[in-house]
Amino acid sequence: MIGRLDQIFVLLKHWLLGYLPESWQTPVGVIISVACIVGLYPALFAVTTVLERKGVGRIQNRLGPNRVGPYGILQPMADGIKSLTKEDIVPTSADAVVHFLAPIILVVTVFMGFAVLPMGRNMVLVDMDAGLLFYFAMGASTELSVFMAGWSSRNKYSLLGAMRAVAQMISYEVALLLSSVVVVMMSGSLSLVKIVEAQNHYSYGLPHWFIFTPWGCAAFIMYAIAGTAETNRSPFDLPEGESELVAGYHTEYSGFKFALFFLGEYVAMFSISALGSTLFLGGWMAPVSWLQVVPSWIWFFGKLFVSMCVFIWLRGTLPRLRQDQLMNFAWKFVLPMCLLNLFVAGLWRFMGEGWLRWVVCSAILILAYVSIGREGMRRKKFGPRNYRYAE
Amino acid sequence: MLGEGILKGLAETAKNFAGSFVSKERMTTVEYPEERLPLPEASRNFPFLVYDGEDWEKGLRCVACQICEKECPPKCIYIEKSKDKKPDYVGKPQIYPTKFDIDISVCMSCQICVEVCPFEAIKMNTEFELATDDRFGGLLLDRKELARSNEYYHEIHPTEATEVDARLAGEKAKVEMKAKAAADAAAAKAAAAPATGTGAAVAAAKPAASTEAKAAPATKPEEMAKVPAAETAPAAAKPVPGTGSDGPAPMTAEEKENAETPAKPNEGEPKV
Repeated sequence: MIGRLDQIFVLLKHWLLGYLPESWQTPVGVIISVACIVGLYPALFAVTTVLERKGVGRIQNRLGPNRVGPYGILQPMADGIKSLTKEDIVPTSADAVVHFLAPIILVVTVFMGFAVLPMGRNMVLVDMDAGLLFYFAMGASTELSVFMAGWSSRNKYSLLGAMRAVAQMISYEVALLLSSVVVVMMSGSLSLVKIVEAQNHYSYGLPHWFIFTPWGCAAFIMYAIAGTAETNRSPFDLPEGESELVAGYHTEYSGFKFALFFLGEYVAMFSISALGSTLFLGGWMAPVSWLQVVPSWIWFFGKLFVSMCVFIWLRGTLPRLRQDQLMNFAWKFVLPMCLLNLFVAGLWRFMGEGWLRWVVCSAILILAYVSIGREGMRRKKFGPRNYRYAE
Repeated sequence: MLGEGILKGLAETAKNFAGSFVSKERMTTVEYPEERLPLPEASRNFPFLVYDGEDWEKGLRCVACQICEKECPPKCIYIEKSKDKKPDYVGKPQIYPTKFDIDISVCMSCQICVEVCPFEAIKMNTEFELATDDRFGGLLLDRKELARSNEYYHEIHPTEATEVDARLAGEKAKVEMKAKAAADAAAAKAAAAPATGTGAAVAAAKPAASTEAKAAPATKPEEMAKVPAAETAPAAAKPVPGTGSDGPAPMTAEEKENAETPAKPNEGEPKV
């Protein structure tokens, strides 16, 4: 019974496919899975927008939206209707084709990432051997769509926003990849299904998630920072910094195209959180062994929900960074830490079992964190400038 | 250490988040259409017309003097005078406005109309929910839409309204007293004339004059101008007929000279 509940979606799909001839089963099965993904995440997006607005409101001691439906839960419907019925304006001097394609490419590439993410036991669309590589390839092409949007709008603010976005995304893409590489090193596979399975054992009832190792913890923190920057979320939302750039790269978008950008941003958040929990938090695994009776997909979406809450929490807490702070942080702190973490992961692998590797690895990482944090992030003090010869 | 501040900030926002569910004092939101804050007494937006009594048309204090219309900086007031007269609050017959329109899309809420009105007839309202789907007709208020009772005025500006009421009551009492004194004097005169001659008449007229002298410093100079009965009062006190009735006061010698002087250079000009 428990096993059946765990596999309910898989069994449902097989039952549906049973009515079809043999040759149809594979393509129709893929279409069903894709339809589920494409339907599910926008629904989650709708829930998350209202959750975010309520949550940030509470953080600021406000009520948040409470007019549409009971407690404002129907707010996303109203927003959807509004954005659908709004006029779609394309600037006269914009490159109409690229302007049109940019939001579509964004949404498509963002959804492509979900193809390789296991959402439960046996619940993965394509179990690719190079799944992680595929995911990062797709994630990197969102930069393309952002730049397409900014450039084709023929608006200075849009272009500035797009330039910022590309600079930021490329800088943090490096950190994102390097922090994930340690997981590949330890689990010996690029397949996300295999990575989850590598964490799938318990000792004393506690799981062997990669976050519970020194290198995994460090990598997870770096991954979370880089992931937040990748999805252009606050405090790294410079590309759409409304106080200086109107709305950044989507300034010239209105109506449903704007809604697509919005959707793309949130689905990217889901996908980066899903990948993070797959790599470091054991994917669809239960946090303690006796909770394994709960279906695996509940754990996956539970972890997704928690990380969305953290995203919202961070957004309600941190002010936006400055562009130079952003770049300094990426190249002077996150990148050195990631590189060091590669070394620590190797050390961990070759030091063998025992308490010694825990002490050594933790000490190296904490020392590095403190010293790089202190020295690398130190602000230079600039006094009044002295002109010795040019008075 | 790096990240300490972030943790502190996260703790603070978490405290806010949890606290907003627990303590009501934290929440500053007033859910407007259902609950609203009381307006401060000094708040104002657009003018309204005060009326006394039950019937707004009969009790309107406005006497269509058109001072506000002339003073209004954006010229948003339009008044048409009546042909007939009706008694005002002291009982003097006055003309009244047959038309009194204020275009609140033009009005800039400067309150000058209120300050210039000698009859306390126009005051500032506090109503702010004036949205309408007709931006021309809907925002042009006629005298019926502008009329509000004195009780309403007391409700929105209690201190100010009490002062106004006291002032009006004072004026009314003064006028009544004068009328009574004049009537007494006339009666005494009528009684004394056939009997003992002029001595008694002088004695009767004196108290009337002394009350006038006492009352005058008590009222402010601006109110003196306001009181419509002021014209009739000196007429009753001074036994000189005709001075009060012909509108503008007769010019003094000095005023005449001032009025004539600008003309003099013009006369000289052609000669040069």
